[in-house]
Amino acid sequence: MNRQIKTFVFYALVVGVVLFSVFPFYYAIITSFRSGQELFNPSVFPTSFSIGNYFSIFKEQPFGLNILNSVIVATSVVILSLIIAVTASYALARIHFRGRGLLLMTILSVSMFPQVAILSGMYELIRSMGLYNSLPGLIIPNTVLTLPFTVWVLTTFMKELPKELEEAAVVDGASPLTIVRRIFLPLMWPAMVTTGLLAFIGAWNEFLFALTFTLSNEVRTVPVAIALMSGATEYELPWGNIMAASVLVTVPIVVLVLVFQRKIVAGLTAGAVKG
Amino acid sequence: MTLALQQDGSATRKVKRSNLSSARLRAAWLFLTPMMIALAAVAGWPLLRTIWLGFTDANLIDLSESQFIGFENYLAFYDGEAYGVLVDAEWWNAVWNTLWFSVISVGLETLFGLIIALILNAEFKGRGLVRAAVLIPWAIPTIVSAKMWGWMLHDQFGVINEILLGVGIISEPVAWTADPSTAMWAVIMVDVWKTTPFMALLTLAALQMLPGDIYEAARVDGINPIRVFFKVTLPLIRPAIIVAVIFRSLDALRVFDLIYVLTSSSTSTMSMSVYARQQLVDFQEVGYGSAAATLLFIVIALLTTITVVAGGLKSGEGDQA
Repeated sequence: MNRQIKTFVFYALVVGVVLFSVFPFYYAIITSFRSGQELFNPSVFPTSFSIGNYFSIFKEQPFGLNILNSVIVATSVVILSLIIAVTASYALARIHFRGRGLLLMTILSVSMFPQVAILSGMYELIRSMGLYNSLPGLIIPNTVLTLPFTVWVLTTFMKELPKELEEAAVVDGASPLTIVRRIFLPLMWPAMVTTGLLAFIGAWNEFLFALTFTLSNEVRTVPVAIALMSGATEYELPWGNIMAASVLVTVPIVVLVLVFQRKIVAGLTAGAVKG
Repeated sequence: MTLALQQDGSATRKVKRSNLSSARLRAAWLFLTPMMIALAAVAGWPLLRTIWLGFTDANLIDLSESQFIGFENYLAFYDGEAYGVLVDAEWWNAVWNTLWFSVISVGLETLFGLIIALILNAEFKGRGLVRAAVLIPWAIPTIVSAKMWGWMLHDQFGVINEILLGVGIISEPVAWTADPSTAMWAVIMVDVWKTTPFMALLTLAALQMLPGDIYEAARVDGINPIRVFFKVTLPLIRPAIIVAVIFRSLDALRVFDLIYVLTSSSTSTMSMSVYARQQLVDFQEVGYGSAAATLLFIVIALLTTITVVAGGLKSGEGDQA
């Protein structure tokens, strides 16, 4: 009897947690399929099915272009930061040198920077380089924003690889660059996928820089486009369109996270707990 | 004879090794240069400029026309009246909002994260599915979750009001995000929804590293599971939880997008980051806004330093042992 109650309470908790986690996304999906008057029906079950909202976000505004911008920015950020971070993390994880601890602590502190603290200086820099309102003007600040995190996580992973592999290569007279390329890179692929994915998600979601350093709708990334979606009049918010756009940009990320969930958890714990 | 040869051999090895290690050292600095340039040129320089602009009367319309005015953005007196960020009631309101938001939401996230981690740590059918479901809020972009909740919390057509009215908890629709008395709670709820998975995962990682035999022994001895939790589990996972709490707190202190999108620039929820950006961009007061941003930076830098020093000391001890 007691045992049954315990089991019941446990499963009730599980159901509650699942409902609370999934419901808002579920509700966004069913709202995105509602249109016209149906939109103002606050029922929690699907009542109608129309894909009109999904068409109108591409017709009424350059949402396709916004998605392309986000893809370009996030991909460039991942590639750039991984290239810089792999060699840097090799040096930090594998070579003993003076000031290594200090450097690691500096990197960790930079990753905790409040973005707004570099906003005016960055704005000036972007303007003076002629990159205001352009994609490179988003790629550069985002790469720097991601870099400390990427370096930190890759260093944590690289520290855990066995010493013997490297020693054998050193005895054979391999140069450090060869060691990184031929020995560590193949071993680091899983970690690089994880780190790259987390960096991608970060760049995909970034809002403050994307909002401040762009002006026209054509160079906006997805989060800014969604945040600034407006209706025909000032008082009318196109909730159907907003929900359709939201679902569209979230589904790929959710799928990625669910597919790679074990790796992501490993990356998050390497990034946070071991810090 | 053989001895001399041996000595000779070890000497060459020593020379070889020191050559090697100096080559490695050179390589190390070479490898680190791109990262350090990137960090210095794009994170260091803008930070210094922001701090400098905080001492000027810079305006967004023409940044080159700025003059050094000392601490006037922070505090200045004209005809016996005080001006500046440090005496701005709205700034202190933003400080208070940020602190309140950080303490409450991180507190709730830690509690819920712990509960969810304990659930996920138990063995039951469908655990993988539940774990995947819990991850979904974390995967959703902040802007999207702000918009989703904004719609669900809508005063007239929102499903939250509909459900609460149906159950009978409220008697008339509430304007959750517009009413000053509920707006902050709305923001906190969305943040808790979005970041509890992060806490749960970090706590779960700590739970799964616990040695199983302790629990076996406790079960054999018939010790109450609740007692085991408070006496054994909690003390063992406490370090991991503390680290997670610090990381989340530093994150919460710079909160921007969620508040900006969910409640726009309402004073009842304005955070320090929202305040600074409003001064910088909306009011075009770059000097004044930079001063506010610098203050936020100082607050976070202080907390980070304390964290890093405390954490660094601890890991140093670990290395020696």
